[in-house]
Amino acid sequence: MNNPMDLTDVNRTSPSRWITQNLGRLLLALAVLVMVFYALWQGFIFLRNTDAPRMVVALMAVLWGGGGICLLYLVLNKLVEQLPAAWAHQAQPYVFVAPAILLVAYFLAVPTIRTLIASLMNRDGSTFVGLHNYLTVFTDKAMLMTFRNNLLWIIFGASLTVILGLLIATLADRSRFEALAKSIIFMPMAISLVASGVIWKFIYAVREVSDPQIGLLNAVIIALGGQPQAWIAQLQPWNNLFLILILIWMQTGYAMVLFSAAIKGIPDEIMEAARVDGANEAQVFFQITIPSIMGTLIAVSTTVVIFTLKIFDVVIVMTGGQYGTEVIATQFYNQYFVYRNFGLGSTLAILLLIAVVPVMIYNLREFNKREVF
Amino acid sequence: MSPKKKWTSGLLVNGVLGLICLVWLIPTFGLLVSSFRTREDVLKTGWWTIFPHREWVTIESIEPSADLDRNGPMTILGVTATFSEFREGVTTPDGRRVVWIGNKRLGKVQIQERRWTTTTHFTLKNYQNVLTGKEYEVVDEAGNSFIEKGDDLSGAFINSMAVTIPSVVFPVTIAAFAAYGFAWLRFPGRKQIFTAVVALLVVPLQIALIPVLRDYVGLNLNGTYLGIWLAHTGFGLPLAIYLLYNFISTLPKDILESAFVDGASHFTIFIRLIVPLSVPALASYAIFQFLWVWNDYLVALIFIGSQPGVQVLTMRLAEIIGSRGNDWHLLTAGAFISMLLPLTVFFALQRYFVRGLMAGSVKG
Repeated sequence: MNNPMDLTDVNRTSPSRWITQNLGRLLLALAVLVMVFYALWQGFIFLRNTDAPRMVVALMAVLWGGGGICLLYLVLNKLVEQLPAAWAHQAQPYVFVAPAILLVAYFLAVPTIRTLIASLMNRDGSTFVGLHNYLTVFTDKAMLMTFRNNLLWIIFGASLTVILGLLIATLADRSRFEALAKSIIFMPMAISLVASGVIWKFIYAVREVSDPQIGLLNAVIIALGGQPQAWIAQLQPWNNLFLILILIWMQTGYAMVLFSAAIKGIPDEIMEAARVDGANEAQVFFQITIPSIMGTLIAVSTTVVIFTLKIFDVVIVMTGGQYGTEVIATQFYNQYFVYRNFGLGSTLAILLLIAVVPVMIYNLREFNKREVF
Repeated sequence: MSPKKKWTSGLLVNGVLGLICLVWLIPTFGLLVSSFRTREDVLKTGWWTIFPHREWVTIESIEPSADLDRNGPMTILGVTATFSEFREGVTTPDGRRVVWIGNKRLGKVQIQERRWTTTTHFTLKNYQNVLTGKEYEVVDEAGNSFIEKGDDLSGAFINSMAVTIPSVVFPVTIAAFAAYGFAWLRFPGRKQIFTAVVALLVVPLQIALIPVLRDYVGLNLNGTYLGIWLAHTGFGLPLAIYLLYNFISTLPKDILESAFVDGASHFTIFIRLIVPLSVPALASYAIFQFLWVWNDYLVALIFIGSQPGVQVLTMRLAEIIGSRGNDWHLLTAGAFISMLLPLTVFFALQRYFVRGLMAGSVKG
């Protein structure tokens, strides 16, 4: 439809003449676009309402989705190519970036503003209450406990993840079994937090004192002469630590992999030179390894802290927020879906956002420094 | 370092590392073993009893003589004790144990000895039961049978696939187009928009859930595949664009220029040249997003909600934890089913996944 001959032809004619000559083609392309949209929408309605076996629906949905998106780009591009060359040149970039920009704007940028507004409204969003929700969040006893728990998660969870990750990366670097050890530590990253919840709930399981214990931890405690404990229900607030262990188990692999790569990047000569000069292994670690991987250490720590800050699945699956284990993300969910307090729920989401703003600023600074644009 | 010192330090390194690995493996191993054990075994004994261990094993079962006075002290096999003591078990001087089983009138006496033993009754029944959506019969220790409903995890597995595949394909495709646009095309606002994408990298997705859910309810999109695909796409795009931009912008410029000279359009260059060259980066991100979506619970919980036909594996599993949290034989099998695919993908494509992580994984 569109060969180089066409383009040169268009360049010579005036836009008005071009329109009269090509209006038909343009309209046709536009009509095709509308038809594609309509067909996809009809497909969606059909898929939503059909009673076909689930396997068939799922397969058709996958085909519909994957095919649909390719078709949309194809038709959009054809439409732009029908325009006069000067216009096409201007419009083409938007074929490439507009779908992404629209989606990101709708799913992340605009909701941020909408949630901010909702946080200034009352529980059903009908009246403006100013900073009242923020006041509640910082004075309510249950909310303060929530913050304390998040603090526990970050102090113990994030720091132990980073320390263990660093320790294992250092050990693995000196071991012949490096690949195997790393795979084992890394594996929990592939498991959902819900499945991890099952794994660890089973370890913490508790039964009557007279019955044999089927939870590993209590069996070990009894073998050592102790009494079985309900690890995640009693001993508040320390029961939080048993939930935090799950996160450490999952996240250490991530920290380890990144540290391991950074450690491999340190030139061997520096290490060897230090050893020849009589430095012991601890000195090498603290005075050479740590400073050399500082960048990675900061990046991994921030990522782990952000992830820990937003922890949700573990708590909701293990306790549902009971026994004094509520964290911001579960409180957010409960406020919104259980207590139907939209204002307070939105306030909690905004607090999570505020907590990551320093990281956001840091990211932007680093990005501007790179001057890739 | 002297050879001897080197050897001991090597032993120390491998010893500590081995210990850590063992601690890391045991939880998953316990789950896997339990999922294959029979219902009675899982609920009565720890999974570690599949290994040889010393335990009281009944070697003989005898009828107590009828004239024994069951209300006073009784003497059986040379030991004297009351009924309640025998119920608990009494150890004889020769190291055996006498236990009264059952009630006072009709009970039996078991003579037990400590022996090495293993509990190894393995079965696939737990898997059958959780996978099916139909009812099945269970017989408990006392011999009572009752009917339980299967958890239909096979259906949830299909749903997880139907949710995950497009939720990976969409952001990869859309982000690849966008990354090319940002890297090789010039348009007003290009830098500002990309800066906004970088800023959105760490935005917690909680911020978006409430407004988007409101729109979904209005549009009847909640509980549909399309709704959750779009949500995962929107939330995943900033990272996808960022990673793919980093890769695509470093491709050599002269390849593109020679293609232009040949008269190819941007669209053709993208499809014919850029996409094939970017396969490693696309794969890295695709695996990352696959594991993210497959293991996601929050987004599914919010946008699928209680729509039963569309529920994904993580939701079904969380529901079983809530409703029958003590049926460990079913929970362990269910959890393992949900881990099967991500673990396979993970071990098969670990290299790509690690590369994706390296490129910066700060996701909201």
